[in-house]
Amino acid sequence: MQRFILGKKNHITLISAILIATGFTSALVFKNETVAAWALVIASVLGAAPIAIQAYQALKVKVVSIDVLVTIAVAGAFFIKNFEESAIVTFLFLFGAFLEQRTLNKTRSAIKELTEMAPESALKQMENREFEEVDVDEVDVGDILLVKTGAKIPVDGTVLSGEGSVNEASITGESLPVSKEKGSAVFAGTILDNGTIQIAADRVGEDTTFGKIIELVEEAQDSKSEAERFIDRFSKYYTPAVLLIGIIVWIFSRNLELAITILVLGCPGALVIGVPVSNVAGIGNGARNGVLLKGSEVIGDFSRLDTVAFDKTGTLTVGNPSVSEKAYYGDHIEEALGYLASVERQSDHPLAKAVLEEIGDATFSPVENTEVVKGGGITATVDGHRIAVGNVALMEREGVIISGQTKADIDRFEKNGCSLVLTSVNGELKVLMGVRDQVRPGVKEDLSRLRKLGVKNLVMLSGDNQGTVDAVSRELGLTEAHGNMLPEDKSAYIKKLIDEKKQIVAFVGDGVNDSPSLALAHIGVAMGSGTDVAIETSDVVLMNSDFSRLPHALGLAKATARNMKQNIFIAVGVVLFLLASVFFSEWMNMSIGMLVHEASILVVILNGMRLLRYKLRKKPAKQLQ
Amino acid sequence: MKKATIQLETLTCPSCVLKIESAAKALDGVAKESVKVLFNSGKVKLDFDEKKLSVEDIEKAIAALGYEVKKSQAK
Repeated sequence: MQRFILGKKNHITLISAILIATGFTSALVFKNETVAAWALVIASVLGAAPIAIQAYQALKVKVVSIDVLVTIAVAGAFFIKNFEESAIVTFLFLFGAFLEQRTLNKTRSAIKELTEMAPESALKQMENREFEEVDVDEVDVGDILLVKTGAKIPVDGTVLSGEGSVNEASITGESLPVSKEKGSAVFAGTILDNGTIQIAADRVGEDTTFGKIIELVEEAQDSKSEAERFIDRFSKYYTPAVLLIGIIVWIFSRNLELAITILVLGCPGALVIGVPVSNVAGIGNGARNGVLLKGSEVIGDFSRLDTVAFDKTGTLTVGNPSVSEKAYYGDHIEEALGYLASVERQSDHPLAKAVLEEIGDATFSPVENTEVVKGGGITATVDGHRIAVGNVALMEREGVIISGQTKADIDRFEKNGCSLVLTSVNGELKVLMGVRDQVRPGVKEDLSRLRKLGVKNLVMLSGDNQGTVDAVSRELGLTEAHGNMLPEDKSAYIKKLIDEKKQIVAFVGDGVNDSPSLALAHIGVAMGSGTDVAIETSDVVLMNSDFSRLPHALGLAKATARNMKQNIFIAVGVVLFLLASVFFSEWMNMSIGMLVHEASILVVILNGMRLLRYKLRKKPAKQLQ
Repeated sequence: MKKATIQLETLTCPSCVLKIESAAKALDGVAKESVKVLFNSGKVKLDFDEKKLSVEDIEKAIAALGYEVKKSQAK
């Protein structure tokens, strides 16, 4: 019975509207008071039923909910034979709840889009070697699955056979297709644009990267900030308090009408829904734009940000160093380059890769007696010549003479932020190369947007030498830049900012080797391309390692925090206004009070919905200069 | 102990969360600290003892409050 009535809530609302309309028409047009009274009585009883059931359920678990207040108020109105009020109040309450559900669904739409990308079925290889369609929950680790063109990849797995290209936008935010062949990793929730592949399931369900992202976003929406917990506690005592005030007013004034009006006016409707709505809409916008914000606590801290500390390599810079300057000394350079390439070919040092790319085609010769000099470079014998490749310290150790001209070149390269690779053949310096990591395109504009959003200090913390660090810092216009830092130096520095300078600090890094700093900062921002470590250790994840999402993330956090405050203000303002009007004006009654309440609930939801459309305004670059 | 995830219809009032939470906690065999009702995604997550009750029992308890259960999963 309870279930039946609650299930038919929308029908009841409609019937009650018709009855109220009938009641008023018969009273005003046909002057038939009896029919009018009966129509309103039926509307009241019908409308009050689901509300009373909800009230009863709430009381059973010791919660004085809004339903309780409304039920008592309606019963009171009924008791004093004010059927008009009781009918209208129940109708407005039900209709309000209906609109609330509709609009709330809108604010949650962004997250819904995300969860709807989750795969539902899979083609699984059965014991008879045939593929059969099964529910995705029935897939276990180790199963072999077939994925056809246009289908969603159901699990995280490895390609066993076949090839194709996959759209991985749901994981990385990047919609360019990625080609897959035997041995490639594929991810749940991504779409096979063309081709047919067979995969082995490595991770299924909530363990997949996509499953983790969804779980994270869902939990984030429901995580509560300090302010929200306060409102929760407050509401716990608030509704009983309203009930108590109603009773006191009734005892002293003997005016039941006034007492029940206070019950309706005191409803905290917009207050309990206002903050969660802003939260869900803000996090939803982020999820749609490649920014994962982990909860409203994070939004609160993030919106008050003072300082952003960055890791350098891979964050501000591309993380893919290349040779930007070079100088040759003496003759037989071609041969020297060939020796250099031969030696570097055996190394997996990032600088070696840059050097090889620079040289391009070369005649490789066999390399013998290779010796790695720690903190220096490599020495080896090629074609009977002694070759040394490394830094200045290595050259000094090898007894290579560095001329005045060379010294000047070295100073210039270092000042430009290069790491040096020197090559000597038989103790004579032949080649000097300066290798530099390029700044990510657009980072400068992104940083100036951060400043515009109120970030006071931009700090770079890097393990590279101070020269390199200073050069990047000059190029980007940072506040401070510190080089030669180990991961523990970075976290110590962040601790100092937090403890001594009392700043709200965010750390932006790649989430793997900087996890102490990510954890220690108020807000750890991981540049993750959907990797587990990055997702778990940080507070904010920039999908696909896209630095340009950082200003959006910050702007969004600020807008969301602002939106919450507006909603609290609206909700509290409405209650104060209503209670004031009942004492100081003539026109206030239950129906108008209920109408204003339901309207205010819609206003806070609509206000929250604005966040779904939030976009960081991009000022034209010309205005910046 | 098994882990259940139950998907409900849209939840609109925060007091619904309290109701569902206490109803689930009241069931014998449900680990009280594990009960989590997610307001925005309309999900209930909890650990339960499969020897004492089944997911269907939990679903029934929630449905009795007037909330429609859409999908559930236990493992």
